[in-house]
Amino acid sequence: MSELKLMKGNEALAEAAIRAGVDAYFGYPITPQSEVIEYLMTERPEERTGMVVLQAESEVAAINMVYGAASTGKKVMTSSSSPGISLKLEGISYLAGAELPSVIVNVVRGGPGLGTIQPSQADYFQSVKGGGHGDYKLYVLAPSSVQEMADFVEDAFDIAFKYRAPVLILSDGLIGQMMEKVNLKEQQVRLTDEEVIKLNGDWATTGKTKNRERNIITSLDLQSEKMEARVRRLMKKYEQMEQEDMRYEEFQTEDAEYLFVAYGSSARIAQKAVQLARAKGIKAGLLRPITLFPYPKKVLFDLADQVKGILSVELNAGQMVEDVRLSVEHKVPVEHFGRTGGIIHTPEEVLEALEQKFIK
Amino acid sequence: MTEEIIIAGFGGQGVLSMGKILAYSGIMQDQEVSWMPSYGPEMRGGTANVTVILSDDRISSPYLKVFDTAIILNQQSMDKFEESVKPGGILLYEPNGISHHPKRTDINIYQIEANKLSTEMGNKKIFNMVVMGAFLKIKPIVELENVIEGLKKSLPERYHDLIPLNKEAITKGMESVTPYMAEQVAN
Repeated sequence: MSELKLMKGNEALAEAAIRAGVDAYFGYPITPQSEVIEYLMTERPEERTGMVVLQAESEVAAINMVYGAASTGKKVMTSSSSPGISLKLEGISYLAGAELPSVIVNVVRGGPGLGTIQPSQADYFQSVKGGGHGDYKLYVLAPSSVQEMADFVEDAFDIAFKYRAPVLILSDGLIGQMMEKVNLKEQQVRLTDEEVIKLNGDWATTGKTKNRERNIITSLDLQSEKMEARVRRLMKKYEQMEQEDMRYEEFQTEDAEYLFVAYGSSARIAQKAVQLARAKGIKAGLLRPITLFPYPKKVLFDLADQVKGILSVELNAGQMVEDVRLSVEHKVPVEHFGRTGGIIHTPEEVLEALEQKFIK
Repeated sequence: MTEEIIIAGFGGQGVLSMGKILAYSGIMQDQEVSWMPSYGPEMRGGTANVTVILSDDRISSPYLKVFDTAIILNQQSMDKFEESVKPGGILLYEPNGISHHPKRTDINIYQIEANKLSTEMGNKKIFNMVVMGAFLKIKPIVELENVIEGLKKSLPERYHDLIPLNKEAITKGMESVTPYMAEQVAN
């Protein structure tokens, strides 16, 4: 039975993980996402579903526990916030290289360095432009509500197993800390090894049987031809993600003359800015990328024929704006607006920025 | 209907829990709700504030600059949020400890002596529910029965015996809220 609750984004994500039948969570506390591990520890999911929840000794340990557990074909996840994700990046690159389905959650805080504990979206580059080393990408989901914090857990695992690849849920302190109404899904049963094999193939290290070769999970290939083949295989997956699993949402774009592009918490604020603009007679609209990779390039390219200017609204000094510019190929002026340091822009500020840059 | 509210005061005054109970009350009557706290280091003994939105429609920004209602429980919050009330909006405050009373004449201002009243009722923990009552008297956006349901949802079960007292506090707040005219202190 589904259930209506008032929850923080971080708690909703944690509860959704238990209900999605996740096998294991490994993490290390850091503000503003500590509620994830706190909630999991309090709920004792080992009693509810048999899910393992472990506080590792560090972020590096946690991500390598994810690597190990994911090798067995289990549903495994970790979460952290910006500085912690930086520590996990080596492991994330290995997960991508070894083609291990897994889910990583980043509840972003301001940086660089230890920065601030307040909300930020300054990890866009880190999330979609590599972050770790090597030719890889992460499928990146950007929730903009508590409901999506819950829903995206299952969505992320679906993608992770469809492509045998790590998936990132890129949230931020605002979405993580705020409470909203959330509709929780029914409890799912965790899969047995046999079900894992049946559903996802027999690539995982579930124990060698007589009639197959040993499964070796590694990101290392010293033979160049083999390594190149692996990279090509990864690129093919990313191409398929672009074709089949790109997600976005439009808000009042039909007749828009000016367009905000914003994801996550900024999309909520920009949506209010659209309402304020419309009340003043300015025809504004919003495009919200739900996946940051794959990015809604074609949608933006087409919208560029219709609008006079695009404002990329982000809680950072200007990161996603580069992808907006690449997408529209100079058809229309593209500007950035955003606050940093943990300050959240108000809808009024966002509208004022649009007016200053394009209208006044 | 959309009601955008800021509740601001000291940590420990029940600011966040009052917001939570209000949000739960909204859920009980099928509304969309959001509850956005300040969660910075200022929470530790300093000021605390929470933005609560109740709406019949999908809520856009959970973070706002201006509000329909500001519920203000200390001087720092008064200094910060008096100007954030929309013209024609409501400012409800607890006058205890306020040295600079609000000056605006384009909004509706009310006082509730929740500190005194809750002390008289013998339990200072119901301070925030006296304030809640005052707010609901001015703006009955949620039904009392839904607030009680909201209390049940947000209070741990071991405190459920305190619900009648909370209800009493809400009623007391409803009876005791008084309008305040900024002109009174114009000179």
